[in-house]
Amino acid sequence: MALDYSQKVMDHFINPRNVGEIPDADGIGEAGNPKCGDIMKIYLKVNPDTNIIEDVKFKTFGCASAIASSSMATELIKGRTIEDAWNLTNSAVAEALDGLPPIKMHCSVLAEEAIHTALNDYRQKHGMKTIPMEHHEE
Amino acid sequence: MFVYMDHTATTPTSPEVLKAMMPYFSENFGNPSSVYSFSRKSRAAIEKARGQVAAALNADPSEIFFTGSGTEADNWALKGTLEKAKIAGKNHLITTQIEHHAILHTAEYLKKVEGVEVTYLPVDAEGFVSVEDVKNAITDKTALVSIMFANNEVGTIEPVAEIGALCREKKIPFHTDAVQAAAHLDIDVKAMNIDMLSMSAHKMYGPKGVGALYLRKGLRPENFVHGGAQEKGRRASTENIAGIVGFGEAMEIFKSRLEEDKKINSARRDKLIAGLLQKIPHAKLNGPDISKGDKRLPNNINFSFIGVEGETLLLDLDAKGISASTGSACSSESLDPSHVLLALGLKHEMAHGSLRFTLGRLTTDEQIDYVLEVLPEIVARRREMSPLWEEYLKSR
Repeated sequence: MALDYSQKVMDHFINPRNVGEIPDADGIGEAGNPKCGDIMKIYLKVNPDTNIIEDVKFKTFGCASAIASSSMATELIKGRTIEDAWNLTNSAVAEALDGLPPIKMHCSVLAEEAIHTALNDYRQKHGMKTIPMEHHEE
Repeated sequence: MFVYMDHTATTPTSPEVLKAMMPYFSENFGNPSSVYSFSRKSRAAIEKARGQVAAALNADPSEIFFTGSGTEADNWALKGTLEKAKIAGKNHLITTQIEHHAILHTAEYLKKVEGVEVTYLPVDAEGFVSVEDVKNAITDKTALVSIMFANNEVGTIEPVAEIGALCREKKIPFHTDAVQAAAHLDIDVKAMNIDMLSMSAHKMYGPKGVGALYLRKGLRPENFVHGGAQEKGRRASTENIAGIVGFGEAMEIFKSRLEEDKKINSARRDKLIAGLLQKIPHAKLNGPDISKGDKRLPNNINFSFIGVEGETLLLDLDAKGISASTGSACSSESLDPSHVLLALGLKHEMAHGSLRFTLGRLTTDEQIDYVLEVLPEIVARRREMSPLWEEYLKSR
């Protein structure tokens, strides 16, 4: 069952986009924990005049779908405003990957949470009100 | 290069075995239970196989009962023994935390449905059960001790002969799940005081769908599969003749090359272990220490690489043509990592980062070199993108 991934998932797993760190990041967010086997860390570089995400990097410990979800999610929010980026849902990430196996959906949730945490980190540092985080069951 | 390093999961049916099986599909298809002379060939074939399996274990042919799988043999030994013991007022089962699910889930079933009391003995950091713990767990209600011969994940070979002697002395039946061990080790059920032993053909280059339970003379657990009078009325259903023939043949071949295979496998195993320890920083060997090679299945290599997750490694290896296995949750239906690795005391993140290679007849020296060449790069690349690895380095 572990190999039932779409070609898109495999592509983003084998060649993940935006891997790394941003040393002077404007927002950093982390989600997951080692116990459940997935940790995702997102770094944002935001233009303070336009609130547009100019660069985004990630580091992820986890299975193929966690790495692919991080990679896809960073692609989807790059060049978008922080408001737009907030509205990126986990199902949009999963859809962009041509679907994830049901048991792996939590990986896309993790991507959404990591991005939200990073966005709130940015908002807080720039005197904006943070947005309450929704916690998914799955 | 196609590198199959998952021989513990299953093995290919060897050509000689397949050849021996072939006449029993379309040619000698007679039902062994039938009276006419045509069926004699089927009966004779089964008895020949029974003799081959018995000889390999130093058992009597009458003590070998063919089943549909190793899992069925485990189910039969546990359920049949505990159900029978109920009449004598005994309802206690002793087993370990690192058994295969064929034992653990059967024990859970017995607990739930039959009210059986189950003691799950712990193991040490290398996966060894303590004979002293077995001794201390025995009560006057103990109906069965079931402890695996060798662990499928980390390769630990348990002190089966000592446990056998203890159980014999205490007059408690001793069952061992030898599905892995029977494919790699010399087993003498008499010398080791084993009362019941489960095995499976497809782990030893035989076909899938056939196993056996060795039942020492005089032991009569309740039947598990009810129906016709096959297997002397102990295990119903029309015999899988071709499968049984294949099992017998596979067992005989295995036994004839056992010492040689053991030598070749353990030399390759030790080379791979030493190479990985040398080439990959912060690699942890799971199971018996490298100095205890004779206490580890000759074909087993199990590592944890902090900072990387097992499924990731499997897919990266797969892209390079290498088939291996992991104890990570990500390759299972549940979100929990391997119960075996957790019982050995590994932290969750280490259990998630486990990787198992199991060698066998398809393995070559070139393949060992190839794994040693590609795996260090794979681990390094995935660690590079891991926040856990970053954290680990900082904490040091």
